[in-house]
Amino acid sequence: METKYISKSGIEQWFKSIVDSGKRVYAPVNSRDQIEFKRVKNLSEVADEYVQTTQSIKASVYPKAEVLFSYEKEHGKVHLTDFNPDSIPETVLWKVHPCDAAGFKPLSAIFNWDSPDKLHNAHVQKTSVISFSCAMADESCFCTSVNGSPGNLAGSDIQLTMLPDGGAIAEIVTPKGEALVALSPTVFEADKGEDKTKYLVDLPARFSLEEVNAKLNKAFNSTVWKEQSERCIGCGACAFVCPTCACFDIQEDVHGSTGRRIRCWDACGFGLCTLHTSGHNPREHQSQRWRQRLLHKFSYMPARLNVVGCTGCGRCSRACPVDMNILEHITSIAAQ
Amino acid sequence: MSSEEIFEPKIVAFVCNWCTYAGADLTGTSRLKYATNVKIVRFPCTGRIDFLLLLKSFAQGADGIIVSGCHPNDCHYTSGNFHARRRWIAFRSILDMMGVDVRRVQYSWVSAAEGSKWADLVNNTVADIRALGPYTDYQKVADYLEKEVQDGEA
Amino acid sequence: MEKLRERAAAILADGTVSLVIGYEEGTKRPRPLFCHDGESARKLIFDSRCFHNLAVYLTKKELVGNGRFAVTATISTLRSIMQLYVENQLSEDKLLILTVDLSGTLREFVTFDEISAYVEQFELKRGEREQEILTRIEGMTREERWKFWQEEMSHCFKCYACRSACPLCYCTKCVVEVNRPQWINPWPAPVANMEWHINRAMHMVGRCTACGACGDACPVGIPIDLITRKMMEDMAPEFGYIPGLPVKKGNALSTWKLDDREQFIR
Repeated sequence: METKYISKSGIEQWFKSIVDSGKRVYAPVNSRDQIEFKRVKNLSEVADEYVQTTQSIKASVYPKAEVLFSYEKEHGKVHLTDFNPDSIPETVLWKVHPCDAAGFKPLSAIFNWDSPDKLHNAHVQKTSVISFSCAMADESCFCTSVNGSPGNLAGSDIQLTMLPDGGAIAEIVTPKGEALVALSPTVFEADKGEDKTKYLVDLPARFSLEEVNAKLNKAFNSTVWKEQSERCIGCGACAFVCPTCACFDIQEDVHGSTGRRIRCWDACGFGLCTLHTSGHNPREHQSQRWRQRLLHKFSYMPARLNVVGCTGCGRCSRACPVDMNILEHITSIAAQ
Repeated sequence: MSSEEIFEPKIVAFVCNWCTYAGADLTGTSRLKYATNVKIVRFPCTGRIDFLLLLKSFAQGADGIIVSGCHPNDCHYTSGNFHARRRWIAFRSILDMMGVDVRRVQYSWVSAAEGSKWADLVNNTVADIRALGPYTDYQKVADYLEKEVQDGEA
Repeated sequence: MEKLRERAAAILADGTVSLVIGYEEGTKRPRPLFCHDGESARKLIFDSRCFHNLAVYLTKKELVGNGRFAVTATISTLRSIMQLYVENQLSEDKLLILTVDLSGTLREFVTFDEISAYVEQFELKRGEREQEILTRIEGMTREERWKFWQEEMSHCFKCYACRSACPLCYCTKCVVEVNRPQWINPWPAPVANMEWHINRAMHMVGRCTACGACGDACPVGIPIDLITRKMMEDMAPEFGYIPGLPVKKGNALSTWKLDDREQFIR
């Protein structure tokens, strides 16, 4: 792990060299009153002062809809075309927040749980993450309560901490980060000895993960689930904007004798998610689905995959139409 | 000197069995010639025509659509075409608002006796659509999967 | 508002109702509240910031149970309740409606006619945001409208929050959940998204009361409530109803009139 300094003009030059190298660069841009990740070619397109993007960056390693394989039937024979990992282009994610970068770990844990998912792994291999530490937060953020922080390096290949002079402290974390530095090595100057923590927002932890975990392990039959979930309308917005939610659906896109099998996003909050073909639904009520969401993130994933399924980015609370505030819910469980 | 290729539009016609289909049959038996661009899909009644079928035709490469059935008061099932008419009024308005080219959908009433009306209808529709050109706007995005265009590249 | 709380607490205490659905303070704005006892009724609020359409909960059997229940209703909620009555999804002996009128007086309604007489006085108007965007759209050419909606549709990721938030989307098996045939793609794609929203608008013909819940619920900020609102405004003169005032005379698309007129059928 190396720490360097990069000036304002250095950042501009480095950005240009990344774009010129042919890699696809995605960055947050102002789009229709929101901040969304879009493909960019110029540094000027990148959005400035904001707390968080509306959608997470998980679509870069777990696309909203992806072809698993395609097939063509001809005279009784089936020609199968499998997913080709070489078709994934080199991608660089610019100005990702630490909470989003931290989301790659739970995602990869799920996609490599019982067998390695070759699509996901191909995406991860071709993706580099340049994160920017956070100088701002709002009332929905709680990364510090889930083993994260505004300057956390987990999941980042390089992290920039912006300085008042327009330059930044650059922490080069992984070999992928070094490869990016190598695109424009002269702009990375010696570390000026700046203390990174001075430029991070102060975000006190709101609950203790251990306490929550202990309480949750005893709370399966509690009435708290029904109380908390009454206003939930089962819309799926929380799962779709979450950087770690990985529930998926497999669908067929068939046109006569050709077709594709497609994997797309799903949500445990949907009633249909667990509906059996017999008509039985093990999670019939919204309260059961709400319980599943919280237990999955804060109890099952830590137990089975050794990783918390939540990075404290707060998107679910911001996106929820009826203010299902996960921070509020978890703190109230911890307080019980 | 190469000759200019004339664009031959692909037209799908959704017709009712009792009136328009019979009318089209009469066109044939009367030996009236009309444009061959149309593929006819037969329904028991216009009331059965789901509005999404029209959109799916566009998605699969149709440049124009004809929807035709019995005249009001002549429906074989009494009121199917009245329901269809209501549905078309609403659908057309929504399509127009969303920017779909409603000129490419031609609605009509053609009875079983109107063989020449069917021929005229098809010929006129083909000429109109030919003038409008292929529906590339729709067909460009019609693959049921996101493409590069979603990545802010197009 | 105090009278509302008292009344809610009273009807819970004396067993008139087993549940009062209302609003409480939320993180950034009011949010729905389910009161099962007098204690929780003290958290009830009711003012112009209360936006959610609570009628979406009234058709959920698992929430409201089999007994009598009450709801504090804004004008938008009242309109949806009326439409639900028209469609036989609510029964007058199960629902008690509380609202506060413009002069601050607590009002109570039980029958459809009582609600109708109250709602009649309020004309359904476009708000500032709706007016701004719709005026822009109405001024566009067809190609510009196509580009506008394609851009908006590219953000839709088929979360179906719009459907979940709509009080009139109460089908136990929605058309998107039918996979033989798969009529609507469950996964996001530009044309598939358009088909979904057009389908939703068609299923709302004559039923939508422009509460805006769908547009508000959309996590990516697509103004989908404007599709149904514009459709509602255009269809009202065609099918002879007053926007926002449901009447018991049959669904727009399952009835017809001999003198339905159009200009586009040859």
